[in-house]
Amino acid sequence: MHEYSIVSSLLERVGAEARTHNAIAVHRLTVRIGAAAGVDPDLLSKAYEMFREGTLCVGAELCVQRVEEQWACPQCGRTIARGEILRCGQCAMPARLVSGDEIILEQIEMEVP
Amino acid sequence: MCQDCGCGDPEIVPVEVHERLLAANDRVAQHNRAHFVEHGVLALNLMGSPGSGKTAILEAIARAPKANRKLAAVSGDLATDHDAQRLRAAGIPAATITTGSACHLDAEMVHKALHDFALDGLDFFVIENVGNLVCPAIYDLGQALNVVALSVTEGEDKPLKYPVMFRNADAVLLTKIDLLPHLGVCIRNFDDAIARVMPEPRVFPVSARTGEGLDRWLQWLDEKRIAA
Repeated sequence: MHEYSIVSSLLERVGAEARTHNAIAVHRLTVRIGAAAGVDPDLLSKAYEMFREGTLCVGAELCVQRVEEQWACPQCGRTIARGEILRCGQCAMPARLVSGDEIILEQIEMEVP
Repeated sequence: MCQDCGCGDPEIVPVEVHERLLAANDRVAQHNRAHFVEHGVLALNLMGSPGSGKTAILEAIARAPKANRKLAAVSGDLATDHDAQRLRAAGIPAATITTGSACHLDAEMVHKALHDFALDGLDFFVIENVGNLVCPAIYDLGQALNVVALSVTEGEDKPLKYPVMFRNADAVLLTKIDLLPHLGVCIRNFDDAIARVMPEPRVFPVSARTGEGLDRWLQWLDEKRIAA
């Protein structure tokens, strides 16, 4: 359950940003989580509900944007489906993960005086 | 303040961040990495399920003939000092990072533990992670290489079930191969599963008990050490 430690990093980062802007409250957080990132969006949301009490984020919605896992050949660009052998059938090049490993804090909406 | 009419109401502003959520961990990991590189030490993050044979592999390195490899290790453990005790008994300077309820090591824990080690003169520094195929995969510790120990008793489909761990691995140690005659599994099926989650699969079938396969794995490790 590393989602708890990810949420604590999230709250620390948001807290620091809020202090920089002298924010009174935080309204919404937007994070982007890839399907192959090793982070479960539902567990992340549950952990967030639990940990935001007593922080500036207490009233802030957590908006999770999910990103699909996509693999492709770095040479010819052919898409390689998840679950296939991760090597291009034509070029024999090892596949590259194009997207899906994101664990990113995108935006914070905060109330400033 | 509200800029539209000057009413004095607070204003809601969007602040763009676009930063990895683990950026703070990544920064400490970079610091650890620089420390290893400065001392010419190859750092390994050794991961795998509880009981996959991580400690046994390290004991086998210490027992290997012509063992002029100098290594030290830290072992992440929720509650005991058993692994580090075993490593010290095998002649490897070792300490425990007690994680309590934490299911993985992070860069800060490794950073603190490094203060107790003299890295000069070492060839390898092994970070034996907490036994877990999920959580350790996403935390950079400052290692040069990720190595995953997967025992043949765990089943052929484990790479498919825990893809993140294997995708980020530089090598997979398929351990306990001395048990293969007693199990209905075969190495070819492990290889197939690994090739579906690891773009450049590198698998070393080994037995820490009989020593089978250790040569190839140690040769690879020595080559990586020279290249570092």
